[in-house]
Amino acid sequence: MSGSARPGFDALFEPEGVLVAGVSTHPGKFGFVSLHNILASGYQGRVFGTSREAGEVLGVPIVASIDELPDGEIDLVFVCTPAPANVDLLRACAKKGIRAAFLASAGYGEAGEEGQRMQSELVALADELGMLVAGPNGQGVVSTPAGLCAQIVAPYPPAGGIAIASQSGNFISSFMNYAVQTGVGVSRAVSAGNAAAVTIPDYLDYYAEDAATRVALAYVEGVPDGRGFFERTQAVATRKPLVLVKGGATAGGQRAAASHTGSLASDDRVFDGMCRQAGITRAATIEEAFEAAATFATQPLPKGNRVVVLTTAGGWGVVTADAIARSSLELTPLPDGLRAALDAKLPPRWSRNNPVDLAGAETRDTIPEVLDLIAGHPEVDAVIYLGLGIQSNQAALMRAGRFYPDHGLQRIVEYHERQDARFAAAAAAASAAYDKPVLTATELAVTHPDNAGPVAVRASGRLCYPSANRAVTALGHLWQHARHRRLHQD
Amino acid sequence: MPTLSEADSKRLLATHGVVFPDERQATTVEGAVDAARAIGHPVVVKLGGAGIAHKTERGLVRLGLIDDAAVADAARVLLAAARPEDGEVHLLVAPMLRGNRELIAGLHHDHQFGMTVMLGVGGILAEAVADAAFRLVPITRRDAAEMIEDLATQKLLGPFRGEPAVDREALAAVLLGLSAAAEAHPAIIAADLNPMIIVDGRPVAVDALVEMAG
Repeated sequence: MSGSARPGFDALFEPEGVLVAGVSTHPGKFGFVSLHNILASGYQGRVFGTSREAGEVLGVPIVASIDELPDGEIDLVFVCTPAPANVDLLRACAKKGIRAAFLASAGYGEAGEEGQRMQSELVALADELGMLVAGPNGQGVVSTPAGLCAQIVAPYPPAGGIAIASQSGNFISSFMNYAVQTGVGVSRAVSAGNAAAVTIPDYLDYYAEDAATRVALAYVEGVPDGRGFFERTQAVATRKPLVLVKGGATAGGQRAAASHTGSLASDDRVFDGMCRQAGITRAATIEEAFEAAATFATQPLPKGNRVVVLTTAGGWGVVTADAIARSSLELTPLPDGLRAALDAKLPPRWSRNNPVDLAGAETRDTIPEVLDLIAGHPEVDAVIYLGLGIQSNQAALMRAGRFYPDHGLQRIVEYHERQDARFAAAAAAASAAYDKPVLTATELAVTHPDNAGPVAVRASGRLCYPSANRAVTALGHLWQHARHRRLHQD
Repeated sequence: MPTLSEADSKRLLATHGVVFPDERQATTVEGAVDAARAIGHPVVVKLGGAGIAHKTERGLVRLGLIDDAAVADAARVLLAAARPEDGEVHLLVAPMLRGNRELIAGLHHDHQFGMTVMLGVGGILAEAVADAAFRLVPITRRDAAEMIEDLATQKLLGPFRGEPAVDREALAAVLLGLSAAAEAHPAIIAADLNPMIIVDGRPVAVDALVEMAG
């Protein structure tokens, strides 16, 4: 199906009313869990339910026949009924004005010949009814602008700019778990299931035009229509960043080939070239994909690849410089003017080059001022800031120790925590002021997520990178995308 | 799957801008000697024909022939090595090109994405090194430039052992030529330019093989 079924997508992601078909009274069944999740996550529209037996579940009146439901008040049906029941069900739904269905039901294309026959029938029915039929055999759909959590699994993520489409429902959960952890949120998420009538590129088409979405994030395994996939994802990537991770990358090895060229052609190498050509940001792992998407969602695109590293201690800067050397980014030599400006602020023991290593020379206002000077310099395209949260980490030890709050400990603890919150805010402010990426990295983001530094990074809406290497990888993806856009638009 | 002879492969790809050395065909020993004189020694002499795909493996390439006698010897041996299943054969006489670097380029039909263009590091270790970049046909000039950037062995493309850096424009032109050939001839299912020797920084394909459907 092509993206021309746009009205159906609006019904899927912004439904006026939702019906759960196949509601169960058993809290372990999908027909209960999906209803629960819709009701528990703040959906403001009306919610209806059908089941073989009329009654009430979670306060929702359950009817035994769709005929009893009001006309024109429901856009989306979430289907948990067995596959053989669904043709009649969807016909009845269409009569009520329902324009989109998400089928969690299994027993289709993944389940032998009879399942495949029913799946073909389902696709034909979707066409006949003009209904958008997502799934089957999928985990559900999430849409934070609509407060919609129509899925048979957790979590419900915070709102944000990442839109997810996945051939594996479990990776929808994985990505959304990262959204919960990092605070970088999600606009839409859909598990494509068997993708019978609506495929990953169809969802990506919608995301490319969706005002709530800043970046699309997809997980794919097989690509049945390779050429079509290329052309459509290329069109998406010219409008928005598209981050993609592919499962089974190493499965297709070289085939016996008569030509030397053929002997060098592995599935993965061809797929990789296709991604580069289409402008797709290909990530090697799930966490790399999420972090790239989170960076696209929360940082401006760099205009060049000249990076300055700001660190409060030497070793971090050295390792980050190594990571930059292995990437497409450049650890830019410190411009003379910037060096002079920093000299005026700092005692003489600072590194006087890039990485800008403060070597413990900072006083109360040093970091906000230095961040502003570096990010504001015209020959700097991006900044990586290391060392946030060290003092708050010490503060946590003091707070937990037996001397607290005496001996001046309360005062210093509060000072450190205020300072780290200030530094995180300063990084976000410098990024916004100069429209440049400023990435903050510290392992405290995962080892001590309650540390005032990472807490303040999350509060600023940005990702606090768990290591400098991962910040470099994410920034590298941003630069590659920015460069591709510029060079391929000629 | 029929393959075109080396000469026909080169003719087809040359019309799309792929650069080959000045080569001549001969059918006799005398003809090969004359051709070698016209090109200038040293030369390479190869046995060509529609049925001959992998010359090196069969010992049908004679390199570094420095005078008439060497050319005549090689031509005699090669003509005698022809097998009945090779069909009609000829001798290909080409200048002996020297360069420390070899690249490989070609066309490959991928089962998922259709026709692709490839650029890789060539030479006898090509398949072990496996440093290669692919794009889907058709490619743009920018795609071609990025294929060159994608090779991991970038040092090989800079100034190397007294030879100048590889002319990236000229290399991109080869890739664009392959893409254009694939577009113009949908029957092509594979092509190899292997090796392309870098001579004074410019890629020169000294062997070509085009495989057609049918």
